[in-house]
Amino acid sequence: MPTAAPEPADATPAASLVPKLSCKNLWKVYGSNPQHWFRDNAVTTDPVALAQGMRAKGLIPAAVNVSFDVAKGEIFVIMGLSGSGKSTVVRCLSRLVEPTYGEILLDGEDLLRKSARELIEIRRHKIGMVFQNFGLMPHLSVIENIAFPLRLQGLAERERRSRVEKVIALVGLEGREKSYPHQLSGGQQQRVGIARSLATEPELWLLDEPFSALDPMIRRQMQDEFLSIQRKLRKSIVFITHDFLEALRIADRIMLMRDGQIVQIGRPVDLIINPADEYVAEFTRDVPLVRVLKAADVLAEKVPEGSAALPGVDAETTIEDLLPMLAGRHDGLSVTRSGQHIGCVTPTSLIDALARRADLHGAAMRGTKSPAVGDAG
Amino acid sequence: MNGLRHWFSGVHAWAALIALTLALLIFRDALAWSVRYPNEWVVPLTPWLNSGMNWVIDHFGAYFRAFSDTLAVVMRLVRNLINALPWSVVLALVTVAAFALAGWRLALFSFAAVLYMVVIGFWTQAMNSLALVVLSVPIAVIIGFAIGTLGFASERADRAIRPTMDLLQTVPAFAYLLPILLLFGFGPVVGLIASLLYAVPPMVRNTTLGLRSVNAETVEAGRMSGATTAQLFWRVQVPCAKRQILLGINQTTMAAFSMVIIASIIGGTADIGWEVLTAIRRALFGESLLLGLVIALMAMVMDRLTARIAVREITDRQDQSFAQRYRYWIIALILALGLSLLAQVMPFLSDYPREWRYYPAAQLNAAVTYIVAEFSTSIDLIKRVAFFYVMLPVKMGLERTISPFSWGFTFTDTLKVAYAVAIVALTGVAWLRRGWRIATLSAFIGILLFVGITGMPWPTMAGMAVLLAYQVGGRRMALGMAAGMGFLLLTGIWQEAMLSVYLCGIAVLLSFVIGGTLGVLAAEFRPVSAVLRPINDTLQTMPLFVILIPFVMIFKIGEFTALLAIIAYAIVPSIRYTELGIRGVSPEAIEAGRICGCTPWQLLWRVKLPLASPVIMLGLNQTIMYAIVMLVIAALVGTSDLGQMVYIGLGDGDFGVGIIAGVGMAVIAMLADRMMQTISRKQARN
Ligand SMILES: Nc1ncnc2c1ncn2[C@@H]1O[C@H](COP(=O)(O)OP(=O)(O)O)[C@@H](O)[C@H]1O
Ligand SMILES: [Mg+2]
Repeated sequence: MPTAAPEPADATPAASLVPKLSCKNLWKVYGSNPQHWFRDNAVTTDPVALAQGMRAKGLIPAAVNVSFDVAKGEIFVIMGLSGSGKSTVVRCLSRLVEPTYGEILLDGEDLLRKSARELIEIRRHKIGMVFQNFGLMPHLSVIENIAFPLRLQGLAERERRSRVEKVIALVGLEGREKSYPHQLSGGQQQRVGIARSLATEPELWLLDEPFSALDPMIRRQMQDEFLSIQRKLRKSIVFITHDFLEALRIADRIMLMRDGQIVQIGRPVDLIINPADEYVAEFTRDVPLVRVLKAADVLAEKVPEGSAALPGVDAETTIEDLLPMLAGRHDGLSVTRSGQHIGCVTPTSLIDALARRADLHGAAMRGTKSPAVGDAG
Repeated sequence: MNGLRHWFSGVHAWAALIALTLALLIFRDALAWSVRYPNEWVVPLTPWLNSGMNWVIDHFGAYFRAFSDTLAVVMRLVRNLINALPWSVVLALVTVAAFALAGWRLALFSFAAVLYMVVIGFWTQAMNSLALVVLSVPIAVIIGFAIGTLGFASERADRAIRPTMDLLQTVPAFAYLLPILLLFGFGPVVGLIASLLYAVPPMVRNTTLGLRSVNAETVEAGRMSGATTAQLFWRVQVPCAKRQILLGINQTTMAAFSMVIIASIIGGTADIGWEVLTAIRRALFGESLLLGLVIALMAMVMDRLTARIAVREITDRQDQSFAQRYRYWIIALILALGLSLLAQVMPFLSDYPREWRYYPAAQLNAAVTYIVAEFSTSIDLIKRVAFFYVMLPVKMGLERTISPFSWGFTFTDTLKVAYAVAIVALTGVAWLRRGWRIATLSAFIGILLFVGITGMPWPTMAGMAVLLAYQVGGRRMALGMAAGMGFLLLTGIWQEAMLSVYLCGIAVLLSFVIGGTLGVLAAEFRPVSAVLRPINDTLQTMPLFVILIPFVMIFKIGEFTALLAIIAYAIVPSIRYTELGIRGVSPEAIEAGRICGCTPWQLLWRVKLPLASPVIMLGLNQTIMYAIVMLVIAALVGTSDLGQMVYIGLGDGDFGVGIIAGVGMAVIAMLADRMMQTISRKQARN
């Protein structure tokens, strides 16, 4: 069912604040005269059946009743296989693609009501976007590419220069300012794309598979740099990827999509421990559990007496690091978060947690090989 | 319905048509109408068109004249300006431009080319031609860019623009000239307007194509950068499409120049095309060779210069000072000013003295005459063989060709029966060995060679064309073909059309066979490719008149000369596309073939050629188009087909005749084009 899994109270770091971006009942339907399907209010009653009906008539519902919020400073990752509608959603958010139905609120204002002129202003100041294949202007040098949005705004040369220098330093492109895109490697080109999208100092940052076209080694490095940039800038981010490991590394929350519909929204660990259905379980199957699960995720149900006195580990410790510590300690370890005791983990509780996962997979796989802990090695 | 379709696409339909053809031929004395389309059945389109044209001239002529008068003023201005430039200044400017764009090699070549024009003594005429190009190219570029942008912006507009451009480019050049002449009056303006009409389509095509193929993400990035529609267009889409657009300018320039030369046929232009044409007409081969070279050199320099602009690398110029960045402009300016001033003191820098002229036309003439006389027996032999054993049988049929005078014996009834038996036997063998398609082809060729293309009954010829179209492209294609055949018949130009098909057919066949072979060789052996490339480049940029010259020189006026000239021009795409297609075969496929133990010969026939065949088919398509274009020009050396009709229409000032024949050629060209494109697409899919 395309409903969000029940979120724990602390699911979003800034859940209490007003969302930066709010997407409500978003639809994008390709084909002839899609508007016609939204005359009566069939949308709210049964979106899945409606989408089915559209498909039967040869239309392509690329986004089906998509709703989510992005908090200020959050990294919200949209995930799904190719063709699942990720790009469509993110293009609707920037109105590169005109949504067929729904609402998109940026700082509480409906983007879909904005005139062309207002939209240009919003794109010039509030939204930045990074593209999978970089989307650089081949006829402009690195510095001209980065300054391009500022140029369009008619910013003075001095202001332009200082801003461009700042982002060039941020993405580490010093020394390549005069090069042209075709003289750069893929990783460097995407740095230009990132710098260009940041030059306007946007609040909402959209990235559509920014690292998918890069080699795995470069990809990891870029992810690290992306995270370090985000620690400095604290943007509100919608990040698209089809790579679950990438999502795990960077996401605050993940939205998994399939055929234009949301399958589940939640923290990475929620998708692994509490998958909404077999599809999600299948999707997360190859995830190395021991690297993802933290001590806090495998607490013992019953807290034994005096566990607070046991040697402590931090709640954020991964199982991978926990395993050697736990070896030979039948009484377990105390788990603490910022100095506070929150429970304990024992070898039994750890095995129980992992076994629950294995059960789920067993169900998903119908008896095919279920991932053992050893897979993670 | 399905059964009917099956029947149509199968052997039965062909067998029926062949049988009907035979029946019509057997009773042709009684059914004379079936071989020669009766005049009474012709719709009298010509007088209607002429009176329509007269009406337009009566009512709107004044406006057209006013327009052309305005244009003439501008044109005189440009012409005077260019003529006022001392030759030394032009020489310097062209050389500096060539150096700036492409380095010292092209600079040297351009220098030599311009100097040749000066020394040969036809400077003014060359500059008059150049003036037309200089004026028509910017106008064509602006109009073409605007229309191309419209086609890019609106799918609906594009659907209207595309066929219009096709028509403008396939209607033979001579057919344009007459209506322009009638509407706009006499003189160089006609050349200008004709060259505009002819030069706009490539610009339109390249603009639309270029804008379409701009990377979608780059455009999105532009929009996300906050570009307005105008900013997006001028700062993202146009710069990204620049290369393709510049390529359009290159093609537009060449088209304009080509048309300027062709248009000089109407005379009164005092340009280089007129001089060449006069020389050809008076059979002054030395002159026509020397002057043709002027045109060829102009074309080559223009082509190389404009092509270089398109492929130039983007370079870093941010660090350079003003003087560095504009150094070539500065050099050019200084040279121009300096030479102009110097010319005041040394007048030979602006007016090349007659005594210094070197014009070896007479010597060349003598040399050519000597060579032709020396080799006259072999030349005659080649001509006779080609004429009696290839061209005449296809045109008139063996029954009218074989005579004691031509083949050395009479085509007796016994021989005729023997011929029939042979064809029947061949067809039977073909059927058993290769299936009914080849058998049908064999039977068709057997009949064709017997009665000739002019002796074939038109009802079954048209029927076969429609059937073929149906098999290639389904009902729509068949309808198009039927409409085209109907046009050729109803307007009474069937006979001439068949003669066009005949001349074109032989030329295309030979071009394809020879060109294909050369293309294979070029793909297999690098040196062959290195030799052929500049020759192809030269032939392709050459204004069409010039190609005629060497052939007329050796073989005199006649259909054979026309054939050779057509082949010389139409062979280029066959060579190019074959080489391209074979080089494009994936290395894995070739390796797979090698592993399977193919000999090089098998590798070529079983792997490379089949895989390259969609591209080769496109080459064949281009060869057909080129042949049709050249067919019209070849009318100058004596043909009797639609091209000749267009030419006669122009000469007589008969608008109706010229335009009907012109449209007839366009119809044939477009039908052939659609058929070949479909075949190529089908092959690519398999
Ligand atoms: N312009 C379009 N016209 C028709 N269908 C489209 C268009 N763009 C995308 N689609 C379809 O919408 C679906 C979702 O595409 P997309 O959002 O690009 O997926 P993703 O980014 O997840 O790979 C796909 O089935 C795709 O074929
Ligand atoms: Mg995508």
